[in-house]
Amino acid sequence: MLSKREKDLIKEIWERLTPVAAEIGADALLRMFASYPGTKTYFSHLDISPNSSHLLAHGKKIVLAIAEGAQDISQLTVTLAPLQTLHAYQLRIDPRNFKLLSHSMLVSLACYLGDEFTPVAHAAMDKYLSAFAAVLAEKYR
Amino acid sequence: MVAWTDFERVTIKDIFSKIDYEVVGPAAISRCLIVYPWTQRYFAGFGNLYNAAAITSNPKVAAHGKVVMQGLEKAVKNMDNIKATFTELSTLHSEKLQVDPDNFMLLGDCLAIVVAAQLGKDFSPEVHAAFQKFLAVVVSSLRRQYY
Repeated sequence: MLSKREKDLIKEIWERLTPVAAEIGADALLRMFASYPGTKTYFSHLDISPNSSHLLAHGKKIVLAIAEGAQDISQLTVTLAPLQTLHAYQLRIDPRNFKLLSHSMLVSLACYLGDEFTPVAHAAMDKYLSAFAAVLAEKYR
Repeated sequence: MVAWTDFERVTIKDIFSKIDYEVVGPAAISRCLIVYPWTQRYFAGFGNLYNAAAITSNPKVAAHGKVVMQGLEKAVKNMDNIKATFTELSTLHSEKLQVDPDNFMLLGDCLAIVVAAQLGKDFSPEVHAAFQKFLAVVVSSLRRQYY
């Protein structure tokens, strides 16, 4: 459950990160690939080496989708409908992996924001990313 | 036996030499209690855990953070036998403290985030991965004595 204050905080953080979406997204993906090598199996069609254009483009896509969801969290199911279909029927990524990317994303945020990534912000962000992942997996079965 | 690469050994020792136990330990425990509030069930005797501010300034929480760091340091000093190093601690957490072992990684994740915030760019994906592996070994060792 997200309070109004938490929703505002989440929206504000992602608005700030939108200009560096590619950098944050690529960083999160790299961390996930390094810590959880099984996740690389979903990316055999891309060049996922550091600084590759594929990695930056893909990272940017992911962060922008997360940022868009943050604009109006109460409408997540509507906003994410196309991505739900994509993940359920085409990508079919095991939803357990969503947690791994979420954790990697939180670490990226911690590196980027340092002390500004307060415990309260961290809690709010963890809750938001969990909700995001849950909505993304809704059409799986 | 865990196989550590030279990079991983050096990296783990390096991380622990750079972080301030007095800051990182308390910060990680507080974060765990704030981000995953159900973990507070194990700290009923700690007094005021009512909100984030109370948790962050709670002296018992801070003291416990340092205890955790001292435990982790033992693992850093015995990287080739973390399993044996934590046998007693595992029994303690299982039989006396009765902590659900699924919670161990929650603290581990918070520790990774606190270290990341401290080290910034130095906490590269490769360094981070070595740290996650270390945490996984610690957690696995703490789980061993649960029956």
